[in-house]
Amino acid sequence: MKIYIRATESISPQLSFGNEGLLADLQVYEANRLSCLEPDYKSLIDPKQIRRMSRVIKMGVASALGCLKKADVEVPDAIITGTAYGCLEDTSSFLTKLVNQNEEMLTPTAFIQSTHNTIGAQIALLLKCHNYNNTYVHRGFSFENALLDAILLLKEQSAENVLVGGVDELTDTSFQILNRFGFFKQAFTNELYNAPSKGSIAGEGASFVLLANQPGNNDNAVLEAVSTFYKPATIEESQEKINRFLLDNDLSPNDIDVVITGRNGDETNDVVYDQLMSGMFRNKTEVCFKHLCGEYPTASSFALWMAASIIKKQKVDKKLIHHGEDVIPQRILIYNHSQGIHHSLMLISGC
Amino acid sequence: MTEVYVAGLGIISAIGTSVNETLSSFEQHRTGIDDIRFLDTIYRGQLPVAEVKLSNDQLSALSGLPENVSRTALLSTVAAKEAWVDAGIGSPSKFRTGFISANSVGGMDKSENFFIDFLKDAGSGDLNDVKHHECGSITELTADSLGISDHISTISTACSSSANAIFMAARLIKHNLLDVVVAGGCDSMAKFTLNGFNTLQILDEEHCKPFDENRRGLNLGEGAGYVVLVSEKVVQQLHKKPYCKLSGYNNANDAYHQTASSPDGTGSYLAMKGALEKAGLQPEDIDYINLHGTGTQNNDHAESTAISRLFSSKVPKMSSTKSFTGHTLGASGAIEAVLSVLAIEKEIIYPNANHTTTMKEFGYTPVKVFLKNQQVKHVLSNSFGFGGNCSSLIFSKI
Repeated sequence: MKIYIRATESISPQLSFGNEGLLADLQVYEANRLSCLEPDYKSLIDPKQIRRMSRVIKMGVASALGCLKKADVEVPDAIITGTAYGCLEDTSSFLTKLVNQNEEMLTPTAFIQSTHNTIGAQIALLLKCHNYNNTYVHRGFSFENALLDAILLLKEQSAENVLVGGVDELTDTSFQILNRFGFFKQAFTNELYNAPSKGSIAGEGASFVLLANQPGNNDNAVLEAVSTFYKPATIEESQEKINRFLLDNDLSPNDIDVVITGRNGDETNDVVYDQLMSGMFRNKTEVCFKHLCGEYPTASSFALWMAASIIKKQKVDKKLIHHGEDVIPQRILIYNHSQGIHHSLMLISGC
Repeated sequence: MTEVYVAGLGIISAIGTSVNETLSSFEQHRTGIDDIRFLDTIYRGQLPVAEVKLSNDQLSALSGLPENVSRTALLSTVAAKEAWVDAGIGSPSKFRTGFISANSVGGMDKSENFFIDFLKDAGSGDLNDVKHHECGSITELTADSLGISDHISTISTACSSSANAIFMAARLIKHNLLDVVVAGGCDSMAKFTLNGFNTLQILDEEHCKPFDENRRGLNLGEGAGYVVLVSEKVVQQLHKKPYCKLSGYNNANDAYHQTASSPDGTGSYLAMKGALEKAGLQPEDIDYINLHGTGTQNNDHAESTAISRLFSSKVPKMSSTKSFTGHTLGASGAIEAVLSVLAIEKEIIYPNANHTTTMKEFGYTPVKVFLKNQQVKHVLSNSFGFGGNCSSLIFSKI
């Protein structure tokens, strides 16, 4: 059974929202953190509702509604969200008041909106959608686990279409804390991969896809497979897992035209990609995405948005090619890992 | 598609640190709700809660994890290890084994400690205290200690989180993607949640009275529960008979309000109805409902309305075990799943503590005493949460 990517939408540090995705006007930054370029929400969400929503909820809901509109689906059969951090702004707001006011005189709004399922719940609430609704919160697997759930629902015939998204926000507080772990550095985004050193650039985003188990008139691509692997001990083990994934899908590295890698400019992070691109995927075209959206646990959802648009346009914009030839992309492999712990593979091809 | 069997159980809550302790607490009608002993909060002595009666040091010894990690991870690991040993599978590497857990606030008990220093100076606060803030990080501490790595996932849908974890685990087995999954959830007491629920004015200042006409709110609890789900193929290789089957499950959304349930209990009704359909059962086949039954006006009204609608005049025996364990949030679906399985295995039905007055609009009274020698073939377990996330599971005798 084929799974079709009927539509995609993304709010990111790029001009992605409402665009078909080839990033004609790439945004270049010199920064250690990238923030989303947010659309005018008033045209998408009732202004009365907007006032009550925190930024991540607005981004998630707007991206989801934008995706449904493009897919011409009013109410999806399921809504599945992946978010590693959940609603950080509301969480830290409630936590700050709790500490500063010594647990007294607190109000419920921030607490109510702090739960990880708030985005999925708000989408359901706005659509009056009583269907299947789930939220995955497993760090660098959050989006992939959400996709896996969606694929199973479609295969079970429990749903004909499923809205799936990856959403994470970066707040001043989360940036301050993550930065103390030494994850980030100041860099030019267009030079991020030139001289890997310690650290990457922090990012955020909200990217949704509408998956369907029947072809439509204007599908973007086919999602062939998704897989994850956890804490591989060595690079060889990662290579074995990738080979096994391709074999399970009756493919060899030669069947892949473009590899989208999760390179992020960190010297340790990028070693596995260097080895793959000079080994198993030698002579293959490599496209990167984290100089566009920054590093965050559900960044792979932005990569899927990008891959779907590349397949649909049958063209890789030259500006996106990190290494290799200009090819007509028939099949894309996305390989991403988060901190060397969470590795994921997604296979996307033409309809 | 294979059937999905329950081969192992693990549980820790205010009424016991193991399956056996938990069962004897019910039998002796010993609830776990008491004054706050461990949580450092201004509400000590004011709001009763259902804490696990062990310090982090003691939980560390039981779980094998360092005592400075989140209490949520300690609770999680104690229950997951009990479930794993109970299943008698041996090494996880014998099968394609997954671990799917759930929680609502990750390592919040440590994060709130970090914030005290961090708010004074953004350069201070012990980073070890926020290292495991993410929900998924708690899952990994337990998965790593069990040695499970083939599939790792965490679900967070508020109070229905761990029912959804069990649900997803069953589907991965049915699709032949995994053979064995340890599935459940955990949450520890945190100032964040205690204060959050307190601002919503839904905490009972006395012991909660679920499904009572004069109910005043819920008592928060903490704990963890896990089931080991296995395929038919694995059952054939195990030395012991599985407890029962997971025969039905469904997830629906109330789509009414971020925190409140709809007056007609739409989400609850759809969750229960879908689970029955999935199991191929009629309402009259259900012998016992383990209620979500938080004790709030709103939940118990919505849930009882949905039950009336689905079961009409033939309402089965039911009780809310939250009157013993408190509301353990992300753990509750799994703790109650473990209890549902044990109801079938031991032929028992749990009492609903503190119940005195039947709800006028409902007209049914939950079971008030521990019942033995019951015919319990099919149990329905309800878990409903903020965000309208409603899930129901059905366990069936083999």
